Amino acid sequence: MSANPVSTTAGSQTVGPFFRIGLEYLIEQAPALRLDSPGVIGIRGRVLDGNGRPVPDAMLEFWNPAAEMRCGSVAEPVGFPAGFRRAATNEEGRFSVVMQRPAKAGFDRRQAPHLLVLVFARGLLRHLMTRMYLGDEADNGNDPVVTGIPAERRATLIARPDADSPGLYVWDVILQGTAETVFFAW
Amino acid sequence: MNEQSTVSLAAPGTQPEYHFPAYVSSISRSPRMPLVLLPETPSERTGPVFGHGLIGERDNDLTAQHAGDPIGERILVQGRVLDEDGRPVRGALVEVWQANAAGRYRHKVDVHDAPLDPNFTGAGRMLTDEHGRYWFKTIKPGPYPWGNHYNAWRPAHIHFSLFGAGVLSRLVTQMYFPGDPLQPLDPIFNSIADAAARQRLVSRLDMDRSQPDFMLAYSWDVVLRGRYDTPFEETGR
Repeated sequence: MSANPVSTTAGSQTVGPFFRIGLEYLIEQAPALRLDSPGVIGIRGRVLDGNGRPVPDAMLEFWNPAAEMRCGSVAEPVGFPAGFRRAATNEEGRFSVVMQRPAKAGFDRRQAPHLLVLVFARGLLRHLMTRMYLGDEADNGNDPVVTGIPAERRATLIARPDADSPGLYVWDVILQGTAETVFFAW
Repeated sequence: MNEQSTVSLAAPGTQPEYHFPAYVSSISRSPRMPLVLLPETPSERTGPVFGHGLIGERDNDLTAQHAGDPIGERILVQGRVLDEDGRPVRGALVEVWQANAAGRYRHKVDVHDAPLDPNFTGAGRMLTDEHGRYWFKTIKPGPYPWGNHYNAWRPAHIHFSLFGAGVLSRLVTQMYFPGDPLQPLDPIFNSIADAAARQRLVSRLDMDRSQPDFMLAYSWDVVLRGRYDTPFEETGR
C-alpha cells in the first residue's frame, strides 16, 4: 500500500445544537420494522460526556455495511436507505433505533457482523466514527478490528443483549473518560 | 485486510482538533484517548444510497415553504460536490439548515430574543445532479449571539450535511459569507488552524449567477474525502 497522499478536503464544523431543523426528517418517529421480526434489532443507549452527564443534543448515524444496496433482507420503509438509521438523543441523552440486524458481509468473511456508527454533537467540531458489534455473536473474538484494540477497551464496541427483550441491544457512547468509547480514524 | 486506500489523510491544520478549548463545549465532549487508526476494510467503502423519494418539490426553495414570502435578503446558493480528485459526486444528499434573517432558529432551545418568521423554517435538502451540482434558494441568515464567552456572536452561516460515496466521505460543516467581520472572532470558524482551509468554507459572491432585480448568488464548492467510483442510484426518475 502506498502512503496516503494529502488532500484539501473541506474542513468539518460542528453540527451545533439546532440540527433537528434540517436533519430530523430522516429520524424514524415510529419504527417501521418490528422488533419481534427475524433479522431486526433494536439499539438503545445513552450518549455521555466526560463528566458522565447525558448529551441531549447528539445525533447518531448507524450504517450496516452488509446491507444490500437496494433491497435488504428485511423490507425498509419507503424512502429510507436500506441499512441506514439516524437517531437523536433526548433530554436524558437517550436514543433508540430499530433496523436490520447486521450479518456477516459476503465481501469480508473475517469480520464479525457490525455496524459503523457516526457520532455528531454540539461540541464535536468533527464527527466521531466507531463500530458496534452484537454481544451474542460468536465471532467477535476473531474480528480483526476488535482484536486489534487493547483488551480492556473492547467492551466499548459491543452491545449487550437485553435479557428481557429479544432483539434489543443496549449500547452507550462515552465521549470522554476512563470508559471512553473507542473511536477510529481512517 | 486492505488494498489501496480510497481516502487521504487531512493535511495538518485543515481539520479542527476535537479538543479546542476556545470552543467551550468541546472541552467535556472530545475524546482524550487518541483515535485508533485503522486500515480501510471493505466495510468503510460502502455507504447509504439516497433516492429521490426523500426529496420534496420545495425542499431546495426555502423561500417557498409557507404561504407568504420570508423576510430578508433572498439569495441563491449553489456549487459542486467534488471528490478528492476533483470529480463530481453525483446523487450526493445535501442537507442544509440555518437561522432566519434575524438570526433566530426555528428550534425550541434557541432563546435568542429575535423574531421567528412564520414564513421561514430554514431547512432544505437536495441530491446533486450529474455534474455534482446543488442549488437552493433561501434567505441570507443573520448573525446571532451565543453563550460561549462574553459578547460572543456567530458569523452568518448555513449548516451543510453531505453524504459522499462511502461512509468515510461523510461531512458536516458550515458555509460562511464573504466579508463577514465576525469570522476572525469566532472560535468555531477558527478551530480550523490553516487560513487557506478556513477560507475554503467561505462562499463567494457570484454575480454571473445572480438574477438582476431579484436576488444575489453565492457559490461554494465542497470537496469530500474519497476517490472512488460512486455506487449511487441512477437518477432521472
